[in-house]
Amino acid sequence: MPFESATQAIVALSASPALVDLSTLLGFPTLLDLPFREGYVSSIVYVSLYVSLVAVTLSTLFSVPIAVVLGLTDFPGKGFVKSVINTGMGFPSVVVGLVVLFAVSNQGPLGSLDLVFTREAMIMSQFVLATPPITAISLAAVSGVDRGVRDAARALGGTRLDVALVVIKEARYGIATAILAGFGRAISEVGSVLIVGGNITSADGISKTRTLTTAIQLEARQGQYETAMVLGAVLVVLVLAVNAVVVRFGDRGVQ
Amino acid sequence: MTIQRRGVLTALGAGAVAGLAGCSGLGGGEEESAGVTGETLTLTTTTSTYDTGLLDEIHGDFEGMYGVTVDAVARGTGAALESGRNGNADVVMVHARGLEDEFMREGYGINRRDLMFNDFVIVGPEDDPAGIEGMDSATEALTAVADAGAAFVSRGDDSGTHTKERNLWEAAGTEPGGDWYQETGTGMGEALNVADQQGAYTLADRGTFISQRSEIDLAVLVQGPIEDGPEILANPYGIMAANPGVHGNANYDLAMAYIGWITSPGTQKAISSYQVDGEQLFFPEAVSEDPNFGQYVPEGWSGDDADA
Repeated sequence: MPFESATQAIVALSASPALVDLSTLLGFPTLLDLPFREGYVSSIVYVSLYVSLVAVTLSTLFSVPIAVVLGLTDFPGKGFVKSVINTGMGFPSVVVGLVVLFAVSNQGPLGSLDLVFTREAMIMSQFVLATPPITAISLAAVSGVDRGVRDAARALGGTRLDVALVVIKEARYGIATAILAGFGRAISEVGSVLIVGGNITSADGISKTRTLTTAIQLEARQGQYETAMVLGAVLVVLVLAVNAVVVRFGDRGVQ
Repeated sequence: MTIQRRGVLTALGAGAVAGLAGCSGLGGGEEESAGVTGETLTLTTTTSTYDTGLLDEIHGDFEGMYGVTVDAVARGTGAALESGRNGNADVVMVHARGLEDEFMREGYGINRRDLMFNDFVIVGPEDDPAGIEGMDSATEALTAVADAGAAFVSRGDDSGTHTKERNLWEAAGTEPGGDWYQETGTGMGEALNVADQQGAYTLADRGTFISQRSEIDLAVLVQGPIEDGPEILANPYGIMAANPGVHGNANYDLAMAYIGWITSPGTQKAISSYQVDGEQLFFPEAVSEDPNFGQYVPEGWSGDDADA
């Protein structure tokens, strides 16, 4: 699993003292005061990042080629395809969770794979959720690339693949935004991962399928609103960190 | 020199013995791991059990004993049983006998055991606008709340607590409805918070109420049977294995091992000594000298039903 080490690095980052300082600054009790066992918070951060990063990576590999092909070709019914993708951005996550649950349920079509209440099932539902925004925003970015760039690439003797790569390069800031939007959707949603993941921790308090969002939901259900708020702050910091990394990565940021 | 040589021989001998011991230890380990080691048991249970922290407290013992993992998934009783119907649970632990009986009659659950009990309490604002404090009858208390039109928060989520509440209204002969009756569709902790914010009455299981009472201004107005209240507020928990005849991939062996473990005297003792805020939350009832045949079959079942 190539993502494990990257995820662990981010977990290590997020567990740095800066986080504790921030929560104190906001007037919340520090993480040290939280009624959690050792390793609990870092394990749910890990599961959140692992599931969302894998889902968004798969979704990007799936969505960007589709967006480029759609953006570079014209065919009857293209408008309809676009509106289907845009509709997908509005899928309620609970509905996606139910559909995935039926698919992986032991009676469902994928039942033999034994995926129910696993991270893989959570990745599936987040993939379904992240794909429409990544495709739609990438498509908008690709469509926005100046026609002259494409023509120039073609005139220089570029193959179709060359043209596509040039277009991706030109649209990279838009695509980065698309990926961040997809990541934001994946890591912040609670409905589907709760249904297909089951919000499970082991008896020693290490998360198996509990994410930050489902942990927040659990605290809220128990009326522990303060703890829920602190976990919410952790989530915000995490999303902020991932955004900062992506923006830095895409050199001078989104134009 | 001789002494030295003897020393070497002793060392060699000790090494050989240690090596053999290592081998036999390894062999024994392999034999053990040929059983259930490494398997996962999926338990669907209710939020009110899960949120008390009882399962996290006791599951380490079972996991260590068998070398397995228990995945506890918390849902309302209705949803927990639905997971069982869909073949996604090996064991279900819930607290609504009527729904459990239906589950057994449909063939999804087998080998039911009575596990433990606690009770429900009717809680409400300290000023008690409907004047139900200290009533001996839960149904009269609810009728008084309805007559006064005092705010009442219902779980409204098909959980065991919600099922009990509906049964109570039915027994009281009152159909709740109107502005004063609010269904929140949330867990017990949230429902208590909503009731607290609105100065409303609600039905709560004692465990969740105890674990939350320091943060809310609600008081127990009608006690359950643990504090000599009416028997109708009893809250019995049952446990069942998923029927491997219906769902062939259910981990039936491990499910029965779990049921055997949790109904054993040792675990039952651990359940009774589990405390939150200095109070016992659950009272075990699986271990008894006297036979209790009713726990294995739907309530009111008799052999004559078999033909029906």
